[in-house]
Amino acid sequence: MLGLKKHDTQLLIIVICLALFAPFLLNPFPAGSAMAQFNAGYPDLMQRFAIFGIFAIGFNLLFGLTGYLSFGHAAFLGIGSYSAVWMFKLLGYNIIPGMILSVIVSAFFALLIGYISLRRSGIYFSILTLAFAQMLFAIAYSDLIGRFVGTPITNGETGLQVYTSDPQFFHSAAKPDIPHLFGQKMQSTYTLDVGAWSFDFNFGYYFCALVLICMFYLAIRIFRSPFGLMLRAVKSNQQRMNYTGLNTKPYTLAVFVISGMYAGLAGGLMASMDPLSGAERMQWTASGEVVLMTILGGAGTLIGPVLGAGFIKYFENIFAKINDNVLHSWFSFLPDGIEDFMVTIVHPFVGKGWHLTLGLLFMMVVIFLPGGLVQGAEKIGATFRRKDAKSADAEAKAAKQRNPAAE
Amino acid sequence: MDAIILQFLNGLDKGSAYALIALGLTLIFGTLGVVNFAHGAIFMIGAFCSVTLQRILTLSSETLSETEKDFLGNPLKIKTPYVESWFGPEVGASIIDWAVPLAILLAIPVMLFVGFVMERGLIKHFYKRPHADQILVTFGLAIVLQEVIKYFYGANPIPTPAPSAFVGSFDFGPLLGLDSSLAYPYWRLVYFGFSVLIIGAVFAFLQFTTFGMVVRAGMADRETVGLLGIDIDRRFTIMFGIAAAVAGLAGVMYAPINSPNYHMGMDFLVLSFVVVVVGGMGSLPGAVLAGFMLGILESLASMNEIKNILPGIDQIIIYVVAIIILLTRPRGLMGRKGVMEE
Repeated sequence: MLGLKKHDTQLLIIVICLALFAPFLLNPFPAGSAMAQFNAGYPDLMQRFAIFGIFAIGFNLLFGLTGYLSFGHAAFLGIGSYSAVWMFKLLGYNIIPGMILSVIVSAFFALLIGYISLRRSGIYFSILTLAFAQMLFAIAYSDLIGRFVGTPITNGETGLQVYTSDPQFFHSAAKPDIPHLFGQKMQSTYTLDVGAWSFDFNFGYYFCALVLICMFYLAIRIFRSPFGLMLRAVKSNQQRMNYTGLNTKPYTLAVFVISGMYAGLAGGLMASMDPLSGAERMQWTASGEVVLMTILGGAGTLIGPVLGAGFIKYFENIFAKINDNVLHSWFSFLPDGIEDFMVTIVHPFVGKGWHLTLGLLFMMVVIFLPGGLVQGAEKIGATFRRKDAKSADAEAKAAKQRNPAAE
Repeated sequence: MDAIILQFLNGLDKGSAYALIALGLTLIFGTLGVVNFAHGAIFMIGAFCSVTLQRILTLSSETLSETEKDFLGNPLKIKTPYVESWFGPEVGASIIDWAVPLAILLAIPVMLFVGFVMERGLIKHFYKRPHADQILVTFGLAIVLQEVIKYFYGANPIPTPAPSAFVGSFDFGPLLGLDSSLAYPYWRLVYFGFSVLIIGAVFAFLQFTTFGMVVRAGMADRETVGLLGIDIDRRFTIMFGIAAAVAGLAGVMYAPINSPNYHMGMDFLVLSFVVVVVGGMGSLPGAVLAGFMLGILESLASMNEIKNILPGIDQIIIYVVAIIILLTRPRGLMGRKGVMEE
């Protein structure tokens, strides 16, 4: 289907199903129940799943295929956001021009940064991208360009947003005053109540999901193309490639720009859901986050980054909400002393301390599962399919090939 | 002119912190070949050693006062630190006052222990893994350490005063023959002196002891040293402990300059990596040189005169310099050939 092999088609169908049925899948518990805490099916969070999924897929194209670990990818996310908000300010709230500009501008910056950073590899590349990203962050945060030009470009620490005094050429009274797609508001949500359950269907989310599916399809095509094969060759041994007389630079630069465009698109979508943009999106911790997502899911695998992005965003939003009251209600079936003891034990890992769980989990994944969640799933799958030990072996080999870090 | 000298001195301070952290990073990198993203967290743990000692020393017993009464005639509760009741009020008070320098004594064993545990428990298993994996696992460890500290000490910065003997500032004005006064805090001078002392000690240790000689030989060619029948791994473990102690001590003495908070490690980590790379991966003098150089540059760039022309330049300057140096001198200022150039 669509020029894909059977296995890839299956993956694509899985992603399509996950994306389209997310409102059901993420809301498994009735609204009033004690477990409703774990429902993640509200529009804001679902949009984030899709947007960070796109961001992580783009990052994985660079890191998973070539092995270049960029620590500055959030810069492109921020650039995308700023460009989209500028389009809202100048043209109006339709999101299409905003997204087009965010992709173009981030591609331009990726070309510039990639051209310089890709002269070095290994840790030097990481530090160079980090330096560029921190530089852009500082420029955006202090609005350095804006002071030269005379009008605010990034509006410093306040962040860029749309004011009523902005020109907005194509804006008319008939159109909504929030981001929309040809009149259809991003915020509009239809809530379906089935018995005790309630499911939210949000237009913005479905738009993001559609983009995510397209981008996932594109990523599969890149992975399976001769271009993708070349990038994998770069990962396994760049020196050997160079000795055979092949210039690898255009390939790595091309994939750097592509992955920058993915990040820019994600940034544009972010601004489309919430029409403001701040510098904190560009900070290096935000870049670290996308690295965590990709590794957690499985670098070099197709579906891994999407899973990782969902996982981390879920943790961030759901685990952070669990406080002591919730814990007490969970363990209330235990005798008092043990209940307090359990709450004390669990308390550091949830609520404000969810970062601790994230850090531990992440260390576990790097130590025991270098292939990420995807490798974990494969391992579990292999144990269940004992009867065909040889094929499991072949799979493990394939996983290793995808990710030499596992060696 | 005054402003320049003042910022230069500020830069020396900032540079000392950068240089000490970068020195530890380079030691670890040069000996073990491991890129340690948790080094900033070690610096932070050092700073929290000061906080901890201060808290231990101020543990007090509560007694009802016989003489002092509040306006209703009820006896007041008086807190007496145990230290004061043991050593007498004057000696006790001065011990509490000197909590930060005394924390050095506490920090050395603690940091060595932290270093050993980290190396034996985690990093040992990552020698053969790619640098990307090392970066990732130590980054995870840094998050964990940061959260543990946050859990025990809270998210707010904890003021940790320097001994009252070092409160106040030294006037450079008359010394340099200037008419105006040029005041600079005593503690910052102490910090600078302390860091120079530590850097000197590390270099002397590597240069003049047999242990240091073996370690240097091991840095150059690990296999050959191993073939000579020397247990190089054990020595490298000790070096990891020393590197952790260096960063920890930098943190201990830094506490009065900036109140310790749980994310100070991450704040310093990025900059100290830039410092290491600018100095040249694996070069100890390079790390120190680049640390002081970038610290001074950053301070000079944060002068109002420069900031008025180029706002925000103080935050960018280090990265600009790093990018220029990396592109013109790929090995950094004093890097050795073939290190990390895969």
